[in-house]
Amino acid sequence: MALRVSGDAHEARERLEIELLLEAIQRAYGYDFRGYAVASLRRRLWHRVYGEGLETISGLQERILHEPACMDRLLRDLSINVTEMFRDPSFHRALRAHVFPLLRTYPFIRVWNAGCSTGEEIYSVAIALHEEGLLERTRIYATDIDEAALERARSGAFPLERMQFYTENYQRAGGKESFSRYYSTDGNVARFDPALAAGTVFAQHNLVTDGSFNEFQLIVCRNVLIYFGAELQEKVLGLFGASMTRLGVLALGRKESLRHSRHADEYEPIVEAEKIFRRRA
Amino acid sequence: MTRLELVAVGASWGGLRAIETVLGYLPEDFGAAVVIAQHRQSGGQEGMLEHLLDARCALTVSEAEDKQRLAPGAVLVAPADYHLLVERGAVSLSVDAPLHFSRPSIDVLLGSAADAYGAGTTGVLLTGANADGAVGLAKIAARGGTAIVQNPETAERREMPEAALWATPEARVLELEQIGPALVELAASSAGSLP
Ligand SMILES: C[S@@+](CC[C@H](N)C(=O)[O-])C[C@H]1O[C@@H](n2cnc3c(N)ncnc32)[C@H](O)[C@@H]1O
Repeated sequence: MALRVSGDAHEARERLEIELLLEAIQRAYGYDFRGYAVASLRRRLWHRVYGEGLETISGLQERILHEPACMDRLLRDLSINVTEMFRDPSFHRALRAHVFPLLRTYPFIRVWNAGCSTGEEIYSVAIALHEEGLLERTRIYATDIDEAALERARSGAFPLERMQFYTENYQRAGGKESFSRYYSTDGNVARFDPALAAGTVFAQHNLVTDGSFNEFQLIVCRNVLIYFGAELQEKVLGLFGASMTRLGVLALGRKESLRHSRHADEYEPIVEAEKIFRRRA
Repeated sequence: MTRLELVAVGASWGGLRAIETVLGYLPEDFGAAVVIAQHRQSGGQEGMLEHLLDARCALTVSEAEDKQRLAPGAVLVAPADYHLLVERGAVSLSVDAPLHFSRPSIDVLLGSAADAYGAGTTGVLLTGANADGAVGLAKIAARGGTAIVQNPETAERREMPEAALWATPEARVLELEQIGPALVELAASSAGSLP
């Protein structure tokens, strides 16, 4: 049983331990988690502390510095890849109805799916683009910090058991076809038509430390910023601004907002409720 | 005495009515921020819970957005399908895997509240049919905060308050109608001790 120290002292010490650990990770391994939202990060760190049979975050720091394999395990704990196809169907419906008409005006379309995780979101967008006749002239850049997730995204194979749910999502998202025509069944996975990803470039990219690499008409970054602290969010929003064409569109997650940001004035809502914004001229 | 800064509420089965009763007692100038995790169906009516609560109590109730700031008298409710976490001065959301089959998870909310506000936190656990929240409430108590549990005997579902009492035997057990007034009292008595 740990000593009961007063709440504040406990908090201050733990905060110090976390800061030191993140500093150590940054210097030893180059991964920079220092600007991440603390509450969620803290849960993950303790999860690893217990997983290693340790008792303190300082203890975890020691092991991480001496055992690279422990760093790998922590990285796995820190990557929250939870995703689904046509997550928030009303968002995908709005994308099709209000953003695709804008994209249509360009001869060549570039989309950045930042924090694409295992790829379900890419395929959702690609299917909609296909149905609207835009996929052929679109290049999707799909990036994530997590190489293992990207590997799964590249494979285009998703658990078969999810297909019933995804079919419902697809229909609610305004899908026009029979969803099953997009995949073939292979054991317990659904393999999506490789043509859907033919125009997709998969690449590892860290939103915190890597820079701008192209200009996009549409940037989709959903449920990634929630893991960042307010300051880091500002920085990443700056990166998006620098990676957009004039009047580019930014699509965030259902509960993410520009309202609390310094960058708020640079955008106007296209569909406010779905967090779809357009950069002002 | 540490100032009451944050009230963190968890509820499950039968929770809407219970939350409504508790919030109904809180005056417009209530001195602490309030955060709520109520188990709910994903894909349900967006914002329904907040609209209902907002219409029926003096405080402003809204569905939490990521990094929304905490303010005295403002109530933030966890959105369906997201965990709600408390940071110092604001909230964060996450889509980490469900806990106890629940997202939002009450343990996640209460645990993060204890981390961010320590002894300045009061945790309230209401009716429910599972054990979510017990760990989070115990953490609030361990950090010197106040733990309040609805009387399991009279709760719509007893399992959740019971599990909480098992984990935090020193928690104050109150009838539903007593919880709001108790929070008002806690906020008032701590307001006097402002530095
Ligand atoms: C919860 S998933 C979101 C997946 C998808 N966009 C969605 O909404 O369903 C968050 C993703 O962000 C990625 N991520 C976290 N930090 C990142 C960073 N610094 N740079 C790029 N991606 C990051 C994670 O690896 C993870 O795949």
